[in-house]
Amino acid sequence: MNETPLIPAGVKRCSKWQFSLWMAAATAVLLWGVYAMYLIWYKGLNQTNMNDAYGFALWIWADLAVIALGGGAFFSGFLTYIVGKNELKNIINLAVVIGFICYSSALLILAIDVGQPLRAWFIFWHANVHSMLTEVAFCLSCYFAVLTIEFIPLILENPKLAQKPFLHHLSHNMHGIMAIFAATGVFLSFFHQGSLGGVAGVLYGRPFAFREHILIWPFTFFLFTWSAAACGPCFTILVTKITEMITRKKLVKDNVIQLFAKISGWMIITYIIAKTIDTLYWAFVTAPGFGFKLMDFYTSDTYNIGLLFAEIVICGFIPGLILITKRGRENSFLLMTAVILAVIGVCLNRWVMVLQVMAVPLFSFNDWYTYMPSWQEVATTVLPLAYGIIVISLAHRYLPVFPQEKELNPID
Amino acid sequence: MFPFCFEWAWDISHMVFMGGLWYALSIIGAGMTFAIVKSVFDSSAGQDNQEHGHH
Repeated sequence: MNETPLIPAGVKRCSKWQFSLWMAAATAVLLWGVYAMYLIWYKGLNQTNMNDAYGFALWIWADLAVIALGGGAFFSGFLTYIVGKNELKNIINLAVVIGFICYSSALLILAIDVGQPLRAWFIFWHANVHSMLTEVAFCLSCYFAVLTIEFIPLILENPKLAQKPFLHHLSHNMHGIMAIFAATGVFLSFFHQGSLGGVAGVLYGRPFAFREHILIWPFTFFLFTWSAAACGPCFTILVTKITEMITRKKLVKDNVIQLFAKISGWMIITYIIAKTIDTLYWAFVTAPGFGFKLMDFYTSDTYNIGLLFAEIVICGFIPGLILITKRGRENSFLLMTAVILAVIGVCLNRWVMVLQVMAVPLFSFNDWYTYMPSWQEVATTVLPLAYGIIVISLAHRYLPVFPQEKELNPID
Repeated sequence: MFPFCFEWAWDISHMVFMGGLWYALSIIGAGMTFAIVKSVFDSSAGQDNQEHGHH
């Protein structure tokens, strides 16, 4: 089949066999995950190593992590359509694709985790209106609809599809009202990112997670939204740089990356200061109120105080300081280091707020609760990675994801 | 959940949660309806122009 009409005009792509080989490798990993998913749906949750202590496990961490990393979509939408940072129009397509991948992955993981996906609609019809997780389910599914709507115009810009007058007009008209969808996305994201943090912060029976409240919202509510807005853009930059490395082409101009990195840097610094204040207040006021000292939560070999240091200093202050300085941002090694640290930092934060919360002993006669995921849990957690690689590869090959690509890589 | 369902109660929790959900869905639905209907009109107007052009 001749695929030339499907490829955007004025750009060069690798040969078909190279692309097929690349896709075959990603598909093999995907199929491994699909097989594990089949086992879990067919045989049930006994395929996992979750137990009474770990009702939330690897999947919930993966869910929270991908949702935080997908935060680049709502934050870039906010900056582009509401604040008016027009330079970011050159990277927002990729942010939307990443957001779409992250949120569809989160929904897929939830569909596996609930054990009975055919009853997933119960959460909408028999909603528990006192649960933060209900709000998460509502906002997550609505925001996924918004991301799909934001992705559609990009798909319709494929040269073959754009030949159809209706699809061409649809793409144009959807672009015209994109600010409304972007604003809706920001509203939905603020609440579901926050409520995911709120779930941990309201756990009165778990002093490691419990935080003080502002009205009905614990501090973790605001910290989760803040961290997603801060680190999501770093993940978008990281994926851009990886795509540039694989395709051996410059896809986005430096000024766009610099602006995005600078905003992200200030968000990280302000977030990590707030996180430090929250941690100090929790360590010296909240936890002692429950009869705990700070070090009571870090007596395990795995969960030691080094984890807290890594999260706040190494993966918080260091990337933040690099990204807010011009010299740091302009040095490609430092830029990459900062975005990688920021991405690790937000994943580490979600790990601590899900898995360490479960591991900490609640009584003096308890030991640390242990958990090692089964291969089925690992395979289904790796699945979104393969799925993401496939979607980004297809999007890059057939859609004008990077508007500056033609200008940066002229074909002779 | 709708107000006519047996589980519904006219309290603040139901109104905020379900109201928020229907509000978001309404904006998404109205936005998409507008874009689709306008595209139908635009493309039929475009076709007419093309046809007139051919004549």
